Amino acid sequence: MADSRLSLIQAVERADSSPRLIKAVRELAAARWQEAIPTLIAVLSYNNPGAAVAAVDGLVDLGEAAVPALLEQLDQHNYTARSWAIRALAGIGDPRGLVTLLGAATADFSPSVRRAAARGLGMMKWHWFPENLLEIAQEEALEALLFVAEHDEEWVVRYSAVVGLQSLADAIAASHPDWRSQILTYLERAMAHDQSWAVRARSCMAKQYLQEQTVAAASRPEEQASPLSATDWQHILTGLYDRKARERSVLAEGDPRRYQELALSLTSNL
Amino acid sequence: MLESSFEDSRMQSPVGQSAGDESSLTVEQAIANLRGSDPGLRYYAAWWLGRFRVSTPEAVDALIDSLSDESDRTAEGGYPLRRNAARALGKLGDRRSVPGLIQCLACDDFYVREAAIQSLAMLGDRSCVPALMSFLEDGLAATQPEAGTVQLQQPYGAILEALGVLGATEALPLIEPFLNHPFEILQYAAARAMYELTQDSSYAERLVQALSGDKLPLRRAAMADLGAIGYVPAARAIASTLAENSLKLIALKDILERQIQRDSFPSLSADAIQVMTLMDGLL
Repeated sequence: MADSRLSLIQAVERADSSPRLIKAVRELAAARWQEAIPTLIAVLSYNNPGAAVAAVDGLVDLGEAAVPALLEQLDQHNYTARSWAIRALAGIGDPRGLVTLLGAATADFSPSVRRAAARGLGMMKWHWFPENLLEIAQEEALEALLFVAEHDEEWVVRYSAVVGLQSLADAIAASHPDWRSQILTYLERAMAHDQSWAVRARSCMAKQYLQEQTVAAASRPEEQASPLSATDWQHILTGLYDRKARERSVLAEGDPRRYQELALSLTSNL
Repeated sequence: MLESSFEDSRMQSPVGQSAGDESSLTVEQAIANLRGSDPGLRYYAAWWLGRFRVSTPEAVDALIDSLSDESDRTAEGGYPLRRNAARALGKLGDRRSVPGLIQCLACDDFYVREAAIQSLAMLGDRSCVPALMSFLEDGLAATQPEAGTVQLQQPYGAILEALGVLGATEALPLIEPFLNHPFEILQYAAARAMYELTQDSSYAERLVQALSGDKLPLRRAAMADLGAIGYVPAARAIASTLAENSLKLIALKDILERQIQRDSFPSLSADAIQVMTLMDGLL
């Protein structure tokens, strides 16, 4: 068993052609083996899109186990590898990726990264968040998605933001009917006015979907408990705090002091 | 990153201008530049007027005049300014440019002819059909590249595409032989045109087949053709072919937008919803 797994890793390292590399990465990804994470991450910087796609798929399948290594990858200065890592984080929906996705969705240079990040913001594992952090995180996601849906110049990024808004509206249906109405209002506007017919159509589909859902009927996926530690939440909060502080330090609602108080209560609660 | 080089099309401005400078020209300035003497500024202005869809009569006149420019030449004898002007005119929708574009079909520069054909197709003006058909009249044998090269004598892909878009059913007998052209890419262009002219799904299915071929550039081409003809039954095959998600999304978007026109938006058919569901999975 261990030998055959080792040989899967060696096959990736020794691949001498693009088709062989892609095949080897696919096989390694399909093994769903945590020890494969460093190899899959290394593939992200090989500058081979086919192999990178397979590696991202494998990392997304491995889920939160891959997150620390992905976050480490984000600190490297290889832009291509970084963009693939963001796409993997978006697919995993782990809260430790939230701050990265907020930044990527609104400001990344590449449309494919903004596209993946916008979708990821909608698919966040909200049920992991401690209650007092949840609202702030969701509000940030809502604001970022509405901004992207309205202002991004690429149709595909706006399309993705609409998909993200649909998921977010579902997640906040019970706790924040006001935000849900805000999303519906936006979708109605986009249906009539977006420059791209594809975005109009997707907004229409999202609106129909949300109108068919009643709050009570919104089904919750099997809720798995959060594996994150108090330190992880502290990091997430610090990231949100820095983001807020940079963006609009004067607005009362976004006053970073609110976060500082929360940070204190968070460490004592967890 | 290979994928982003396809989707960051807004970054692709010519002559090394950075994307941030794109909108810094004014319309008057661009027209003045186009009528000026600096080859770099003229070339850029022609692109710019098309990019920002400046369709004022003054802009169109200046671009039409540029179609017969003699001053901007490459070492090989090409006409870069004419190419850009021809491309821009296709985007501006002014039929006054048709005669000038038809004259470009006789230009020595392959790329001027190709740009003019694409623009005539975009303008939807059928008066160019006889000229386009004359390119095909010598039969398939005459379309082979010269020995030892891959360069075709004529932009056959653009010609076939234009005949399909323009609904030139009279050209069917000239198009059909291209289904057997040694270049797969021209087989696809022929299949696309045949489908547009006959609505016979067997031609579109040839393109669907091509999605499981083993060469990435050919799969990309087939995907773009299927998007252009809005062939909904191809949606699932496009979503699962081995190619960049960004290109799959563009092809599916084209199919979706055709479908929405048929559905009379804002009602959404099951087909439209299926295409969007596939697109969601590629984001």
